[in-house]
Amino acid sequence: MTKTLEAAAPVAKRRKRFNAARWARGGGLHAVLLAVPVVLVYAYFSWGPVIQGLVLSFQKTNLIQPAEWVGWSNFTYVLADPGLVQASLNTAYFALLALVFGFPVPIVLAVLVNELRKYDALYNALAYLPAIVPPVAAILLWKFFYDPDATGMFNTALGWIGLGPFPWLNAEHSAMPSIVLYATWAGAGSTAIIYIAALSTVRTELYEAAEIDGAGIWRRVWHITLPQLRNVIFVMMLLQLIGTFQIFTEPFLFTGGGPNNATQTILLKIYNYAFVNGDFGAATALSVLLALFLGLLSVAYYFVTKRWSTS
Amino acid sequence: MTELKERGVVSASDRRRPLVRTWFGIAQTALLIVLIVSGLGPLLWAAKASVSPSNDIVSDPMGIWFSPNDWGNLALAWNGARIGQSLGNTVILAVGSTLSTLIVSVAAAFLLSVLRPTWGPWLSGAILATLFLPGVVSFVPLYLTILDMPLLHVSLQDTFWAVWLPAGASAFNVVVLKRFFDSIPREYMEAATIDGAGPLRILTLVVLPLSRPILGVIVLLSIVGSWKEFLWPMLVLSNPDLQPVSVMLPRLATGNSPLAVQMAAVFLSIIIPVVLFAIFQKQFLRGVGTAGGVKG
Repeated sequence: MTKTLEAAAPVAKRRKRFNAARWARGGGLHAVLLAVPVVLVYAYFSWGPVIQGLVLSFQKTNLIQPAEWVGWSNFTYVLADPGLVQASLNTAYFALLALVFGFPVPIVLAVLVNELRKYDALYNALAYLPAIVPPVAAILLWKFFYDPDATGMFNTALGWIGLGPFPWLNAEHSAMPSIVLYATWAGAGSTAIIYIAALSTVRTELYEAAEIDGAGIWRRVWHITLPQLRNVIFVMMLLQLIGTFQIFTEPFLFTGGGPNNATQTILLKIYNYAFVNGDFGAATALSVLLALFLGLLSVAYYFVTKRWSTS
Repeated sequence: MTELKERGVVSASDRRRPLVRTWFGIAQTALLIVLIVSGLGPLLWAAKASVSPSNDIVSDPMGIWFSPNDWGNLALAWNGARIGQSLGNTVILAVGSTLSTLIVSVAAAFLLSVLRPTWGPWLSGAILATLFLPGVVSFVPLYLTILDMPLLHVSLQDTFWAVWLPAGASAFNVVVLKRFFDSIPREYMEAATIDGAGPLRILTLVVLPLSRPILGVIVLLSIVGSWKEFLWPMLVLSNPDLQPVSVMLPRLATGNSPLAVQMAAVFLSIIIPVVLFAIFQKQFLRGVGTAGGVKG
């Protein structure tokens, strides 16, 4: 660590003991003063809550009496909850559907838009629009679009080509896919913008080389574009997985976890423990478990993808 | 993104082949239609519904021809459903959160990039570590912190501070800003030091003016991010007079206000961020692109 600012300060006598005035002149005092708000904000709203979360998961508290230590009982209670299996399966199902159907959408979009030589700014802006719309407003709109009646908006449109009517959010089997469809609409544009930025770094000589070797357009996409995007794709996939395992707003507003718990997710359970039952111990215990799972997932993911990524 | 792209997958000679040209045209047009329907469609639909009578919205949702004869919806939503007031709250929350993010992140990044105290690496490590922790671990304890701030023993519940202050702890913005500050040539700051400027003058006269583009991006993304917040403001702001529009809307939808008024409210809550985006498109898109670069 070189101290750039001190370079200009007079080179004082060697072996001098700590001198408060010199330290302050060199920027030490300013550093401490600047650090105060930073440390306070992070301590109160970031580091503190993480530690408190770990502590709370071993305690029982109702906010009135002093908290008491209860060992692992919050964890055993949460793990024995019959709803946990269903919530975990639902969350995993959501993550899987989003991965299989939602994940390729922005990649395809980005590759297509990247080939445009005119109006690409228009395409970008249109694709990004859903990311600007506040999710609550968008969900209310989509809830109306998903009207299960034959006169509902999506059902009317699909009726023109002889499909439906579908029950959308009202049936157990179609509620989760409907939420995934919404989530893909909401997220694809902003993710595509990231891919487009990454595509501009693809080395174009490779395309020329492939062309000379007689590779057609599809083979160039498959053998050059996608491999060059590999690292970004891996990172985005992990971020999406971490995000989907923490899904809350969509099921909360679309279905409230129904019909018949078909869209109950882990985060909805945490919310219910804490803010419906007032059981903060169980809520933090489940949070800690989910965080541990996501941590393990990330580590495992890192080692699996390391083998395939470009060095 | 607007710079000259030499080529993509498809080369210039490919583009002259009639077969490729036809397919290209079809793909382009299809993509444009899909993007217009999915991107602009819901917005236009909300705009239309906000000035239509409830009956028309329900009986003919796909109707293209309509008479905008219910301008009263907007007024009903603004005053009766108190969307005007909650939009004001949303603006206050967005501005405050953005300021708090900016102040804390600039302070942290300047500290770590320019002042570099001996204990800097510790602070940097502690801030970076929060990037890797999923938000779930802390949202319940964060709520309890707001109810009773440790050591201070005050409750921030039902004050805007409960949203503003936690917004300051944005490790991501610290990383983005520190990267940018690192790229500013040290000679500028050394020259300023020789001219007798202290660290604060260096920050305000050298570093901040040079960082205007990245600060703009952070401001835009932070405003839109705060506009979209739902769960956190719902938890800490239980007083309807303080709630932002994202918390007010679901309550409106479960209440007994007519559909047309709901849709007018939805439209009003969408239109401001969309206008903001329309004006600052380039900055938004570049910002999201760089953000991806940091993640990647």
